[in-house]
Amino acid sequence: MIDRTVLKEHFVKWVLVAFALSSLLFLFLIFAFILGEGLPLFLKVGAKKIIFGMKWAPTKGYFGIFPMIISSFLVTLGALTIGAPLGLSCAIYLSEYSGKRMKMLLKPAIELLAGIPSVVFGFLGVIYIVPLVRNYLGGSGFSLISTSLVLGVMILPTIISISFDALVSVPKTYREASAAMGATKWQTIYKVIIPSAKSGILASFILGMGRAIGETMAVIMIAGNALKIPTSLLDPLRTLTGNIALELAYATGDHRLALFSTGVVLMIIIMALNYIANFGIKRKIAK
Amino acid sequence: MRTNPRIINTLVRWGLNAQAYFTVAILVVIIGIIFFKGFPQVNFGFILSFPQDMGRHGGIFPAIVGTIQLALLSILLATPLGVGTAIFLTEYTRESAFTKLIRFGVESLAGIPSILYGLFGFIFFVIKLRMGWSLLAGVLTLTIMILPTIIRTSEEAIRAVPRQLRIVSYSLSASKWETIKKVVLPAAMPGILTGIMLSIGRAVGETAAIIFTMGSSLRLPLSLMESGRTMAVHFYILAREGISMEKAYGTAVVLVLSILFINIIAYYIMNKTIARYS
Amino acid sequence: METKIATDRLRVSFGRETVLKDVTIKVQKNTITGFMGPSGSGKSTLISVVNRMIDFENNVRIEGDARIDGTSILDGSINPIELRRRVGTVFAVPIPLPRSIFENIAYGPKLKGTTDRTTLYSIAEDCLKKAFLWDEVKDRLGTSAMKLSGGQQQRLCLARTLALKPEIILLDEPCSGLDPISTAKIEDALSELKSEYTIILVSNNTKQIARISDFSAFFYLGELIEYDTTDKVFTAPAERQTEDYIQGKFG
Repeated sequence: MIDRTVLKEHFVKWVLVAFALSSLLFLFLIFAFILGEGLPLFLKVGAKKIIFGMKWAPTKGYFGIFPMIISSFLVTLGALTIGAPLGLSCAIYLSEYSGKRMKMLLKPAIELLAGIPSVVFGFLGVIYIVPLVRNYLGGSGFSLISTSLVLGVMILPTIISISFDALVSVPKTYREASAAMGATKWQTIYKVIIPSAKSGILASFILGMGRAIGETMAVIMIAGNALKIPTSLLDPLRTLTGNIALELAYATGDHRLALFSTGVVLMIIIMALNYIANFGIKRKIAK
Repeated sequence: MRTNPRIINTLVRWGLNAQAYFTVAILVVIIGIIFFKGFPQVNFGFILSFPQDMGRHGGIFPAIVGTIQLALLSILLATPLGVGTAIFLTEYTRESAFTKLIRFGVESLAGIPSILYGLFGFIFFVIKLRMGWSLLAGVLTLTIMILPTIIRTSEEAIRAVPRQLRIVSYSLSASKWETIKKVVLPAAMPGILTGIMLSIGRAVGETAAIIFTMGSSLRLPLSLMESGRTMAVHFYILAREGISMEKAYGTAVVLVLSILFINIIAYYIMNKTIARYS
Repeated sequence: METKIATDRLRVSFGRETVLKDVTIKVQKNTITGFMGPSGSGKSTLISVVNRMIDFENNVRIEGDARIDGTSILDGSINPIELRRRVGTVFAVPIPLPRSIFENIAYGPKLKGTTDRTTLYSIAEDCLKKAFLWDEVKDRLGTSAMKLSGGQQQRLCLARTLALKPEIILLDEPCSGLDPISTAKIEDALSELKSEYTIILVSNNTKQIARISDFSAFFYLGELIEYDTTDKVFTAPAERQTEDYIQGKFG
């Protein structure tokens, strides 16, 4: 009787260890297979030709993805330009100004916004934003600015919720002390609260960037499909994610390998962003 | 001349207020357009009939079924794995290099964008494991995608269970696993369920990872090895190929409504069981 | 008088701090033994050795021995789970499980394999009567235990412990925070229970110990200062410290 329960407990423990290890296993598999398919071309053709190459014609031996790298960054920056101020403002409003009713309206609204699939954003972007840009600003409408607008909205929930958490965790005493010294609410916010919440807010921006740079469906529907570096806000472009998504279905041989190489570059960029957000900033908080 | 700080304060308050309302307005507009344009499309015929002429006519039944199959099977696989991992991290170990390693794994998985999951699922499940574009490949890929969310929310929920409850259970001669099964998990259930609901919501809206693993066949997947569509994939193809704007809106309505419904259930579970325990 | 629980130069340390210093004590069967002393004197730690709840602490070192009925309970071959069936514990803060009154009491027996509803109900009735709670809850066994008052919850915790038919009941400051009426009910229950169980009562309330215990042990800073019949300890304490503590000069 004693042995049976002890045995059962041990069994359960080891099953759970296996479950926990599965996450590592999956991570390993993902790394292994994406690198496995993506690295060979780097070795065969040379990393420089891929990362800095300007021409993408994979069936003819040109694997340059530099324009896509730049486009990905531009689109992310654009998204941040729209999403960061608006998102931060909403977060500040939520944490410092809004009453219970507004909170009950805003919080679910943001969660809902987060739940809307990216294909829906892409779709609405094509139907409404693209013509708007085409008619009022010029170009085909499939452009950097259209993509930035839609992506900016898409990363709002990320920025708002993480910034909100950062703002709310600023101790009440800070607010009280500032008010006691005669500061207005806004003065308190921008002199005391935002600086204290700085690292969390920055983390939200970086995580927003991570989301934007990894976004695929909305981007391929709105950004157009140009293989050149965009020189103006109205130029169409193709991002790293778009590169993969648009061609994976029918790519073969080296072409397909090149798409995995694109994936490797994307993976490295996102890992770098995540690292900065999680560790660089967490360390600051720990200080 | 220094502007009166009180004026700035008021201006700022109005500005922030406006931006908050603007954000809500964006949501309202999005939902509004979808519903306004899509609702006329949706009737029982739309939901229950098969698409004809590539989706130009007919309904979206196989896409709905495909979505349900994909979501349910993924949850079925991811929940034991995820909750089990969470139980292990909270109940069976103290913070150590090992747990940090596991957490690193989980956080990394969480940070991978869906297109890379699509790439992985494609090369690993579809090609190397020879599953072809299939429901199974989609399920396995999606399971890994939603695993981090389930682990995170479950861990939070389990940690929130007061330590005293465990002590009481042990003092009543329960073993560790009996305590987990009978006291900790039931108490953590609302949090765990919320995490599951959120994951379902995410699964339903996923496209990039699904289209390269499950494929996009218009047929109803009758076995794990068959390809099929989800609503999101169907919607994407309708929109991108310009097949039918009306049907696209219709699909979008069903898609967004499903997600809304799932979110509402998640909230309901969370609030109802919080009330029960307070 | 038969010895039920015995410790032999028991020494417990958490890291560098020694919380129990060479405690040797023999607790007699079917008595109420009071453990008293100021905070930090090691009384709760001693209890946690008897019910092996100390297993859940980190960084513990135990030297010496502790025995129940002559058999060591610190031995590797002892199953702590089975031990905790024989040793029931009531904690300072009442912690009902978030379920019905009935389910709280049935929790223990169900773990041990009792599934028959009728048996469980009769166990519940029996234990609730012994804990002096039956009359107050007999019509609402299915309602949530969280809705009971503090005193009722604590009696429920006592009943819950009785459901496992233990031999020993340990109570760690069970009446702290309870009103005098609930306290009295629990003390009455304990006085009746000692005929079937061996009871150790840890309390900061010396008057309570004087009221209901047969033997009293005074602990101070991890050492057992004095242990004798309650009468003797309270009327003619052998140690100066004991006398000072009882008179409230410190603690």
